[in-house]
Amino acid sequence: MKRLLTRLAFYLFTAWAAITINFFIARTLPGNPVSALLTKFQGQIDSSAIASLTALFGLDKHQSLWDQYVAYWGQLAHGDLGISFSQFPVPVSTLIGSYLPWTLFLVGTATVLSFLIGTALGVLSGWRRGSWTDALLPATAFLSSIPYFWLGLIAISVLAGPASFFPGSFSYDQGLTPVWTPSFVANAVQHAILPAATIVISSMSGWLLGMRNMMVTVSSEDYITVAHAKGLSDRRVMFSYAARNAMLPSVSGFALSLGFIVSGTFLVEIVFSYQGVGTLLLQAIGADDYPLMEGIFLVITLAVLAANFLADLAYLLLDPRTRKEG
Amino acid sequence: MARLRRPKFLRNGKATAGALILLFFFILAVIGSWIAPYSPDATGPDAVVGPSGAHWFGTDQLGRDIYSQLLVGTRGVIVVGFAAGVIATVLSLVIGIASGYLPGRGGEALSVISNVFLVLPALPLLIIITSATPKDGGWIVILTIGLTSWAWNARLLRAQTLSLRRRDYVEAARATGESTWRIIAFEILPNLTAIIASGFVGTVVFTILSEITLAFVGINVSEWNWGTVLYWAQSQDALAQNAWWWFVPAGMAIALLGTGLALLNFGIDEFVNPRLRSGGRARVRTRAGRRLRMRVGFTPVLATVEEGEAR
Repeated sequence: MKRLLTRLAFYLFTAWAAITINFFIARTLPGNPVSALLTKFQGQIDSSAIASLTALFGLDKHQSLWDQYVAYWGQLAHGDLGISFSQFPVPVSTLIGSYLPWTLFLVGTATVLSFLIGTALGVLSGWRRGSWTDALLPATAFLSSIPYFWLGLIAISVLAGPASFFPGSFSYDQGLTPVWTPSFVANAVQHAILPAATIVISSMSGWLLGMRNMMVTVSSEDYITVAHAKGLSDRRVMFSYAARNAMLPSVSGFALSLGFIVSGTFLVEIVFSYQGVGTLLLQAIGADDYPLMEGIFLVITLAVLAANFLADLAYLLLDPRTRKEG
Repeated sequence: MARLRRPKFLRNGKATAGALILLFFFILAVIGSWIAPYSPDATGPDAVVGPSGAHWFGTDQLGRDIYSQLLVGTRGVIVVGFAAGVIATVLSLVIGIASGYLPGRGGEALSVISNVFLVLPALPLLIIITSATPKDGGWIVILTIGLTSWAWNARLLRAQTLSLRRRDYVEAARATGESTWRIIAFEILPNLTAIIASGFVGTVVFTILSEITLAFVGINVSEWNWGTVLYWAQSQDALAQNAWWWFVPAGMAIALLGTGLALLNFGIDEFVNPRLRSGGRARVRTRAGRRLRMRVGFTPVLATVEEGEAR
């Protein structure tokens, strides 16, 4: 219990750090977004609107830094992330809200799959060292050094196309409306297969390598020899004795690699024009839409923190030692 | 004449292959802009044509030579990757060892800071920082990448330092009155060499991928690197035009460099931890003619195995 509280405190601290970083970056932005908006909508914005726009974007320089900081927290508490420059005047939170579910769907599925497949292969290759599984190492080293987005480009050019089963872009057919009907879900899944497979293939090798190294280390422990000596089946020793212990670092590493996978997913989304947060981020970069960029950073960071907390809970279930203390 | 002996580390096949690949790209980074047949920015009459004798890797939408862009871009990739890698490694050394060696609150605080940097998703953070700074100059990119990618390594170094600081030889050094700096520099640091080396290689892989990714999403594209080539390929719809020569060579170059670094890292890992070496064949034939699988943790006595006892 004590451990859980410590972790919770740590995540709260990290969230505070992310929000504060975000606040200070917003204050050091180059140029004045209001004047940028004015030039963009030449003549359409009344000059009297400048003052209200300045207040809206939180650019009021007369306030002290501390007051701005407090006001920023107040805005966040109401879920107000500011207003998008590029899609003026849509609030950032509305934009992110409509794109985020697709990213969560893609990242969630791909991460779980890659963790399961990578760990299983790692168990095998660590246990059967010296067999064909040794060839997995250089192969996965190659796959993991390919950037996600490039693998996506190749996947599209080889597998997708007008006549192919795999659609090359978007998260569902543009003629459909997103509702929970079987045909729509099937369509969305069909669109997700290629992007998800890309992420799984490039992120799998980390799990595989870590698991293999831990399996090799664990296999020479005494309790494995004892388990063998008791006459337990090879399979039982492999899964219940070696793999269960070798998996602990992987689970605690799960949390840490999540941020990495999220970054990769963004790029895959860009390549596949998938309607997720990554694509939104690309649009934001192209249009110098700072509020949108920062909103995305904040929301993604909070999501990653929440997922990390879940991984901590899983670790607590797997490792009885962590439950005993405290 | 005595034959030149390879250093012990390079007798490992994986490490040698990795080092050779790395050397190849180092040479390209130095001579790339001299041997490039065209200027990477020189436009030509043939837009988006496939590989030919005049343009080995084809041309882009302005008729610029992609082969030259890749050759010139190698320097950017190597310089940014390694410079950011050095910054990150030095930071991780200082923070990792300090947080492992310092007792009490100070060490804990440093550890919390590195955990914060580990958990924050790197790419969005990099993007908001680099897009908020002036666009000119790769130095901003180098600094930002270097300052955000040290945490993983610092964590490993902290763990190892924590386990070293209570070892007998360190206690002995402390008892003889050696100063803290001397203990860190001469007792602890040498035993971290392997972790530092493999951490550096891993960090360079990460910084190179970050740099290429930043260029790919359109940040700092005024300087040529492989990500810039991919940025133009993506934004000019190379896929829809079936212009495979536009993005395939750049990706292969990244993959080759990354594989080289990864192989080097396998070499270091196996040099340090002999258990990880692949070793010989797992199936051996016993004298009785049975085929037997060698299992980890077992040393079968090949001569006395009888039928039925092999399992």
